[in-house]
Parts: sequence; structure tokens; C-alpha cells
Amino acid sequence: MTDTASATDTPQTRRTLLQTLEIDTRLVGMIGAFIVLCVVFHLATDQRFLTPRNIFNLTIQTVSVAIMATGMVFIIVTRHIDLSVGALLATCSAIMAMTQTLILPSWLGLGLNHPITPWVTILIGLTSGALIGAFHGWLVGYLTIPAFIVTLGGLLVWRNVAWYMTNGQTIGPLDGTFMKFGGINGTLGTTGSWVLGGLATLAAIYALWNARRSKIGHGFPVKPLWAEFAMCGIIAAAILGFIGILNSYQIPTRRLQRMFEARGEVMPEGFTAAYGLPISVLLLIAVAVAMTVLAKRTRLGRYIFATGGNPDAAELSGINTRLLTVKIFALMGFLCALSAIVASARLTNHSNDIGTLDELRVIAAAVIGGTALAGGMGTIHGAILGALIMQSLQSGMAMVGVDAPFQNIVVGSVLVIAVWVDIVYRKRTGDRT
Amino acid sequence: MSTPLVEMRDMSIAFGGIKAVDHVTVDLHPGEVVGLLGHNGAGKSTLIKMLSGAYQPDGGEIFVNGEKAIINNPRDARTYNIETIYQTLALADNLDAASNLFLGRELVTPTGLVDDARMEAECRKIMGRLNPNFQKFSAPVSALSGGQRQSVAIARAVYFNARILIMDEPTAALGPHETQMVAELIQQLKAEGIGIFLIDHDVHQVMALCDRASVMKNGQLVGTVNTADVTDDDLLSMIILGKMPGSS
Repeated sequence: MTDTASATDTPQTRRTLLQTLEIDTRLVGMIGAFIVLCVVFHLATDQRFLTPRNIFNLTIQTVSVAIMATGMVFIIVTRHIDLSVGALLATCSAIMAMTQTLILPSWLGLGLNHPITPWVTILIGLTSGALIGAFHGWLVGYLTIPAFIVTLGGLLVWRNVAWYMTNGQTIGPLDGTFMKFGGINGTLGTTGSWVLGGLATLAAIYALWNARRSKIGHGFPVKPLWAEFAMCGIIAAAILGFIGILNSYQIPTRRLQRMFEARGEVMPEGFTAAYGLPISVLLLIAVAVAMTVLAKRTRLGRYIFATGGNPDAAELSGINTRLLTVKIFALMGFLCALSAIVASARLTNHSNDIGTLDELRVIAAAVIGGTALAGGMGTIHGAILGALIMQSLQSGMAMVGVDAPFQNIVVGSVLVIAVWVDIVYRKRTGDRT
Repeated sequence: MSTPLVEMRDMSIAFGGIKAVDHVTVDLHPGEVVGLLGHNGAGKSTLIKMLSGAYQPDGGEIFVNGEKAIINNPRDARTYNIETIYQTLALADNLDAASNLFLGRELVTPTGLVDDARMEAECRKIMGRLNPNFQKFSAPVSALSGGQRQSVAIARAVYFNARILIMDEPTAALGPHETQMVAELIQQLKAEGIGIFLIDHDVHQVMALCDRASVMKNGQLVGTVNTADVTDDDLLSMIILGKMPGSS
């Protein structure tokens, strides 16, 4: 009783709606900017931008950069940088391409499209990425070489290791199952997507309810009940709305016919089917949830943010900041490999220029998403939203017909302006920059 | 006399040829407050950082309860129940009070996840004892006042049942009221049998709070005196001239 009373009487100015809902104002600002961007493109493209088809394409184009951006958040939060992610993606992609088209089928004699091939390939790819990342982390953490230099060197090294391994050739086609991770070649279909959306909604509501119960259990102040219900409503609408949009993108009739033919069947008259949620997007969502839990609910995450906020304090608190650096870079390498799966599967082959300039897109996504280069601040959902904004800007301009050089000029300028707006915002709110 | 709680014997450390601490021996008994005095750069903080695990000594030995202690890092120091309140406070500004209180020693749920709710509850409990006015439990500590930040740093040292407490200029950034609070806290901890090393500039404060005072100058120990046996001026001349009282 006394606890709830003391919680509400803390002398404060009247709470705004956003404060009551406990929503991050920065996040609201970013979502607002994103919506404005989408609406402008929608109008400028004769309403072709916000169609299920384009939204579907946007999401699968964003996945690769977004996955890496979540790892870049941790790197930047601990006051490091990783310039090698695009090159590392290329090396992991090359390793996996060689594994599934040459090493397993020919050298080990498993033949093409053996059921074990994609999984062995993925395992080897992820392990390689994590090991290379860990090596970067060791150079940074234990040999105290600045991350900027280590990964600048890495950018050259890994880009050309990939080139050397493949002789610069395009390697493809890749394994059939492997390519399901690319996007359009692997989707859950209408029913699967709705089931998953429903489960996700229930899980989110359960998590909110659980958090509230735990707060009440300890006698902490809680949001008014209507605010909790409003949050549940917003989350449910967002998840189910997204699924609904993806489910309304119909597979073209021609493609359906080919799919039936491939199975030796005849397509029934008037048959339609939708793509639903792509597996690659599901992968991104899984990464986002895992990385958010890691950031907020594990010791590792706590140490990452503590080290970013005050490295000396972290050290004096008994945190092994060197080993922490190795772990963070290993995680980044792992995520690069994961992105390599998605990127090469989407292209259906490994090309020599895969992931070129991705390091800049990934850093830009993290920074636009509110990750402070001074360290200690950043969120996973912000980085993913940042990646989505970057991709929307790029494809929107392409759809409007902006010339390629201008596209890059705009993207570069937006990055600088976004960071400036962020600095102004933080000065207003009194946060550190 | 009983076995000292801590004895730092013949400690030395050099940085790039400069002897920051040069063969210094100090000790501390349960329920005792020992002041460490000296000018800036006299080596007080450096000496104490070897005890808290932040620096590795070049020479010398540390004994806790008469047994040789191996302290290679701050984690080791904590296993000997040595807690430190640093002059810089060593707080992660971007985290809230509870996260700082438990930094490096988080409470976890049975599934191994960080238990923020329980840590905040514990934080509220100890802050209720140390600084009942403290209310900002969800704000990052960068949003707190100097005194509030200090109480978070003190809470961190006290919460984990310290037996040996190192306070590096704990009142340097505080107002008179908060300084008084720290003084009362020191008396309370002393009564509980905790040994305290108090690094301070203020001779009056050392005379008021400490049982003994060790004075350092240019990395060397000038001497250790019972505060009851000397005057403020004696201590001052030890600090400034590096001479023991009585010697001329």
C-alpha cells in the first residue's frame, strides 16, 4: 500500500501520454520519420511504395544489413568500431559456397543437394565467422590495437581472402534448402504465418504481464492498467498487421503453375496462395529477440553497457573487459556469417562483390538507430529500424527514378543529418552525446 | 596486539622509473580507522590501489588476517571482503543505481538471467538505510547529484559485507550535510568491526575520524602516529616537511 502511494506522489510535472505508456520518445520520433518517409515515397511513386509486394521486398532486402547492425550496436556501445563486416560476410559466404558446391559434393562425394549439405555448410560458416571475429577481438582486447585499425586491415584481408578462395568467380547455384534462407524462395505460407503471428502476440502479452506481476511482487510502481492494455493493443496490431500485409502478397499465377509442375501436379483452377512470412525475416526477428534479451537480461549484456559507459569502472568492478571484447567481436563475426547465409541465398549464388560497402550501411543503420559513438548507449530495435529506414530510402529513391549518384548523395547526407538531430535531441534531454 | 586485519608489508611500485610507492608498510585492525595523508602525488591512492587489486605491486606482500593474500585483480580483492570507494566513484553513468550497486555481482534468476526487480528491491532497501531521501531508482546515475552518486558508491561497498573498506577522499565532492552523513556512517561501520583505510586531504577530518594516521611524502612513508598523541600541526608538519613530531 505505502509503496504504491509513495510511487505516485513523487513530485513531478504532469506525466504525458508517452511517459505513462513508458515508450521511448526517440523511438517514437524514428517511427514517425519512417512513416513520413514511406508516405512521401508512396505518393511520389503513384502509390506503389506501400503495397504488400514492395513491403515484402523491402523486408527481405533489409534482413542482411539489419542482422549485422544488431551486432554493431554492441561493438559501438563498447566504444569500438568494425569496418570489416562486409568483407567478413564475403569470406563467410565464399567458405559456405565452396563447402556446399565443391567440398561436400565432390571431395566428400555426397553429391549435389544431399540433405546434410546445407546444415554442415551453415555450421562451418557460422563457426568460421565466430572464429575470425574472435581473432579480431583478441587483437583489439589483448594486444590493444585500436579496433579501427584491426578492422580496417580486416576489410582488405577478408575481402581478398574471399576473392582468392573463389578465384573471383561467381559460385552457384547453391543448395536448394540453403536458398530457402534468402527470402522469396523460403516463406511460411498464409497459415504458418498467422499461427506464428498469433504465438508471437501471445508471447509478447505474456512477457508484459509477467513483468507487471514481478514489479507488483516487489512493490514497485506500475503503469495504470489501461496503459498496459494499450501497449498490448499496439503490439498485437503491429505484429498481426505486419503478418496480414505479408499474407496479402499473392504468389504470381505463373510461378504457382511452375511450382505445381515441378511436383508433377496440375494446378486447380482459380488456386491462389500467398507468400507469407519469409524465413529470412523470421531469422531476423529471432536474432532481434535474442540480442535484446542478451542486452537487457544477461550479465554479458550488462557488462557490455557498463564497459561502454565507463571502462575503468567496469574494470574496477572485476569485469574482464579484454575477454569481453573478444566475445563481442566473436558475436559480430557470427552475425556476419548469418548475414552471409541470407545474402548469398537471396542472390542464389556467391558473387565476388557480395557485401561490398555493407560495413558503411551497417554502421549507418546502428547510428541512425540511436547508437552513440561515445559508447554506452544503443538499442537493438533502434538499429533494425535504422536499417529499415536506410533500405527504404534507397529503394524508394530507385522507384521514384532518382539517379544512382544522387541516391548515394542523399543517403550520405541523411546519415550526417540524422546524427546531428540526435545530438540536438540529446542536448535537450540532457543525455550524454 | 591482535593480528592485524590487513598488513601491507614493504610495498613498492614504479611507473616508468618513478617510484610512486617506495617500501611502504601500513596495517589496519578490526574496528579501526587509519587515515592516509599526504600531498597530491604522495602515493596514497597508488598504495591503496595495490590493495584493491587495480595495480600489481613490484614488491612487497599483503597479509589478510595474518595470511598471505594473493590479489591480482579487483575480483580477488573482493573475495577477501576488501571493498573500495574510489575517488572517481567508478560508476557507469549510463546505468541505474541498482545496476551499479551490483555491477560484476549481479543477482540472477534460476534461469541465469539478470534479476533487475530483485536488485532494485535490494537497492531500495540499502538506500533506505544510507540515504532515505534517495528516490531516483530508474534514472541513470548521470542524472544524480554528487551526494546521491556518492551514496550509490558507498552502498556498493557496504552491501556486500565488507570487512576491509577503502575510502578514497569520500567527502571531496560533498556538501557539509552529506559530509556529516559520511562521518556518521564511518562511526557506524567501525562499531560493526570493519577496518577502514581513509584517504583524505583534510587534517581536521582525519583527526576527528581516525584512530591512527599514516603520512606519505614522495612515495615514502613518513610515519604512523596515534591521532590521540599528536596535534593538527604535528600532522601538518609531517605532510609538508616529512618529519615525525618530536624530531627536529
